[in-house]
Amino acid sequence: MTLLNQKHTTIEAAIATIPDGASIMVGGFGSPGTPFALLDELLAQGQSHLTLIKNDANEPDIGIGRLIRAGRVDRLITSHIGLNRIAIEEMNQGRLAVEMHPQGLLAEKIRCAGAGHYGFLTDIGLDTEIAEGRREIECDGRTWAIEPAIRADVALVHADLADAYGNLVYRGTAINFNPLMAMAADRVIAQAFRVEAPGYLAPETIHTPCAFVSRVVRVDETTSEQGRRTHVV
Amino acid sequence: MSSDQERMLARAAREVVPGQIVNLGIGLPTRLFHYLPPEMEVLVHSENGVLGCQPLANGGEPDLEMIDSGGAYIGTRPGASVFDSALSFAMIRRSRVDVTFMGAFEVDQQGNLANWKIPGKFSPGIGGAMELAQKVDTLVVLCSHNDKQGNPKILRQCRLPLTAPRCVSRIITEKAVMEVTDAGLEVIDIAEGLEVAALRAATEAELIIDEHRLGRF
Repeated sequence: MTLLNQKHTTIEAAIATIPDGASIMVGGFGSPGTPFALLDELLAQGQSHLTLIKNDANEPDIGIGRLIRAGRVDRLITSHIGLNRIAIEEMNQGRLAVEMHPQGLLAEKIRCAGAGHYGFLTDIGLDTEIAEGRREIECDGRTWAIEPAIRADVALVHADLADAYGNLVYRGTAINFNPLMAMAADRVIAQAFRVEAPGYLAPETIHTPCAFVSRVVRVDETTSEQGRRTHVV
Repeated sequence: MSSDQERMLARAAREVVPGQIVNLGIGLPTRLFHYLPPEMEVLVHSENGVLGCQPLANGGEPDLEMIDSGGAYIGTRPGASVFDSALSFAMIRRSRVDVTFMGAFEVDQQGNLANWKIPGKFSPGIGGAMELAQKVDTLVVLCSHNDKQGNPKILRQCRLPLTAPRCVSRIITEKAVMEVTDAGLEVIDIAEGLEVAALRAATEAELIIDEHRLGRF
């Protein structure tokens, strides 16, 4: 674990701690909450054979889409990749192993790892195709599927605000998977638009306490322009 | 957007009761947003983590960190909240969302729904559809009555992998509004100018029709 007063660092130093073959959780639902600057640094540094865990695959030219396109990802654990035709193509060609989960189960599996549990029991998806291969158990006269938790070596998260100890505050719909992933990985690297001195954030406003965060880096607000798209109304 | 779709959306808006929490699926259902009167007290839930979203004001500058699950930039109305994805799905699994509107590839007379996968052709992942279908009390399907080749989508029995079994309450197409009952699929409304025989011909499912009680839309 990193000492409190040594967490605030540069993006290069933070990403350099990630080895080839790492499993990496990436925050974000579509663009909001995706740590674009951390992902671009990961692309620049060249780590490969990665396993990524993200709700979606972004789009081909942004975020994890760039890593997939560069052939740096062996495996993707996700819930929906419909906006990334390259990821679909790589999956269909057998170059990218994709493991799909219903979105709420994916979130809960990550939350569960973050809470220090093995897994949870659920009735979601019983009597559907996703039940194939799942272990089931009888409890109190009902059938439940066992859903193991999902952890990772690293989590890359995006916060709106942070302090130098790594306390994090998220904003709007950029919250999504970030606070869950910030608890479920062994090493957590957070990017934030502002990194303030400890004491700046009121204690009750903090979403992720710094105990879970290993490194925090400040990124420019314009980096999120990469995630800007022309949307349907 | 076609006039058929506008008619479907106007009809679908009548399914929403003031005070409800409403989820709108990706595609046509998202457009229902614009058919709910702004003064109507409903909170629209989007599974990426917002309760109380509303369309962005015309010409309004988008906040890059505020989207709905379809990826459109949104605003929020008074009483709105934002939260993480685990909490968003807790809200769904605990049935705190009153009604959800979704598209469909196939839906059948038992209320089974298939809307996520066409084996060999289309499998981008299920997203949030499975939990919404299984846990929201009222699921309204909003889809075309037939596919692009003219084949029926309202079937006796779904053939594609199910999103969830026996989950559909009502189906709204450009041709009819149908309710899933214990007795079968009952037609409540039929499109203006459409003959009952033509509706039956376009449908594979058995339809229960009482011509004296039939509404028009």
